[in-house]
Amino acid sequence: MNANGWLNLRSLNQEGIVFAIAVMLFVAAAIGLPGFVDPNNLVAIVRSVSVLGILALGMAVVIIGRGIDLSAVAIMAMSVAWYLQLLNTGTSDGLAFAYVLSGVLAIGLLNGFLVAYADVPAIFVTLATGSFVFGYVRSQLITQDAVPVPQGHWVELLGGLRFLDIPIEVFVFAGLAFLFFLFLRYTKWGRYIYFAGDNPVAARNIGIPVRPMLVLRYVLSAFVALIAGLLTAASLHSINTRVVNSTLLYDIVLVAVIGGIGLSGGRGGVRNVLVGAALIGILLNAMTIIDIPLLYQNLIKAAILLGAIIVDGIINPRDEQTAQQGDI
Amino acid sequence: MRLIKTLMAAATALAVTAFVAPTFAADDPGPAAYAQALKGKRVMLVPLAMGFDLAQGWAHYLKKEVEAWGGTFETRDPNWVVDAGAQAITDAISSDTRPDVLIIHAPDLNSYSKLMKKAQAAGTYVLLVDNPANFPADAFVGSDWDRLGQLEAEAAIKGCGENSSKKIGLVQGDQANSSSLYQYAGIMKVLDKHPDFKVVAKPDSNWDATTSRNVTTTMLQQNPDICSIIDFWDGDATGASAAIRDAKLDGKVFLVTTGGGEKAADCDKLQDGTYGAVVMTELARQSGDMNAIIKFLLQSGQPAGTSHTYIYTLEKATTKADLKPDSCWDLKALQAEAATK
Repeated sequence: MNANGWLNLRSLNQEGIVFAIAVMLFVAAAIGLPGFVDPNNLVAIVRSVSVLGILALGMAVVIIGRGIDLSAVAIMAMSVAWYLQLLNTGTSDGLAFAYVLSGVLAIGLLNGFLVAYADVPAIFVTLATGSFVFGYVRSQLITQDAVPVPQGHWVELLGGLRFLDIPIEVFVFAGLAFLFFLFLRYTKWGRYIYFAGDNPVAARNIGIPVRPMLVLRYVLSAFVALIAGLLTAASLHSINTRVVNSTLLYDIVLVAVIGGIGLSGGRGGVRNVLVGAALIGILLNAMTIIDIPLLYQNLIKAAILLGAIIVDGIINPRDEQTAQQGDI
Repeated sequence: MRLIKTLMAAATALAVTAFVAPTFAADDPGPAAYAQALKGKRVMLVPLAMGFDLAQGWAHYLKKEVEAWGGTFETRDPNWVVDAGAQAITDAISSDTRPDVLIIHAPDLNSYSKLMKKAQAAGTYVLLVDNPANFPADAFVGSDWDRLGQLEAEAAIKGCGENSSKKIGLVQGDQANSSSLYQYAGIMKVLDKHPDFKVVAKPDSNWDATTSRNVTTTMLQQNPDICSIIDFWDGDATGASAAIRDAKLDGKVFLVTTGGGEKAADCDKLQDGTYGAVVMTELARQSGDMNAIIKFLLQSGQPAGTSHTYIYTLEKATTKADLKPDSCWDLKALQAEAATK
């Protein structure tokens, strides 16, 4: 509110707009759809976007540092598929996990190294490593798209874990969101990410270790993808590598961008991811209750993304600096 | 003495002739003609992807048989990408080693129609497997999806019982794949005859297990008294079953699905109660049908595109009660067999 009118449009950023849309949708669904506000349904909404939200947290940190990680879904599915395959062929749990963890960290390091030190654009690096991870694991390490979790394994038990009748994913999502919040807001390296994302050259000139930090972000994103994969396998008792071909990757970017994390870097935070995830969760749940066919669901989702990007372009116009630096 | 010797020799010769002659007469012209018609012929399988049970099973049985009659068997792996499949078919048709028989697992009704026409024009017999398409192939081998849907609906009705809520939920695949569309049509045909049974929701999973879980969770949330859910593929029904498990409705919701009859994917899950009924494809028999029609076409001498044969695989809904040791085939065993060679 200001002197000129009821609402100051300038003060309304994308996060605010999306939050308002989410609230409106929520109220409309609560009134119009029976069973929508049932506590179980609300838990189901949060749960349905938990894995997506976790992946979006990793993506958010990378995007804030003016990068993008298109290998996230491949890492998520293939690392866990490989892990389960190792277990199914008799490798001991500790050893299998050590292999997979080092594989995941290696890919994160490779992504970061190529972007930071070889100066290859992030979009090409991660596109390539994503394809590589998928191709290599699919052709060399596993025999089938779907790899089941061995019976009685801790991943299976993890999927059945509930506190207060709320699935474990929700707590992991909440916990990670809180950790990322602390990291971005209160740690030195967290603050540096914003500087580096806003203006890498200036950040470097004032002595911020821009390159090592870049590597760290991709490692972080890869590690978060592994967690998301383990949670997926826990819930479904198997992992299907077909998910790499799905629209999940775009959904992750959608959640981050729609929440207001600018692709030009340096802006946004955990709150934006939560807002984006809330909108997508409510939207998908409501559309499923109304029984809208998937084709239209995708159309509606895409239209909202497009709208958010256009609004972002109008409200947050590119400044001189971004125009010079370019974004991803 | 000399005479006796001569006589004996003559007798022996006679005897030998007498014994040998019928053998000559019984020499079957079949194997030679068969070998001549088939030897060196190329068969190529282009499934939706090589990474799932059905494709791996087909490839196993086809390879065994094709190589036994001296042919070459190849597969291409489009990995669920329609364009990659189209590319594989295009390359195959125009290559020097053009396959004599192309077996195509169509992703939808129309995508490959032009390419299949081209293949036939080049002299390649085109077999469609599992998924029908809007194209008169030399033969279609696979499920009658409409009938399969009917079997699923009948199983669901039986699973619900007369004293149930009579509410059924569907988790469809998508709105483009013929197997999904015809399956739906078949289900609705049966339900039309049982007007007391109602479909309360019919979301799509897009063949993805996580999506299947999410939509099933919502469906059960809205209709906790659903008595049966039909998920259109065992590849994503793991998601629907997870939702049922999470809602603590195991044993109350009768989950029906369809699949390739692989042990870990279908029979084990019938055994542990995850699935109530699975309409299973008898993979060995279906592969046998393909092998037979390939052998027929290659010997027929008819130009590609002459005949249009439909060979539907016999389907049946299997429940825990009628599980037998040989109800399923075991992918692990096939892989082990291939590895030892």
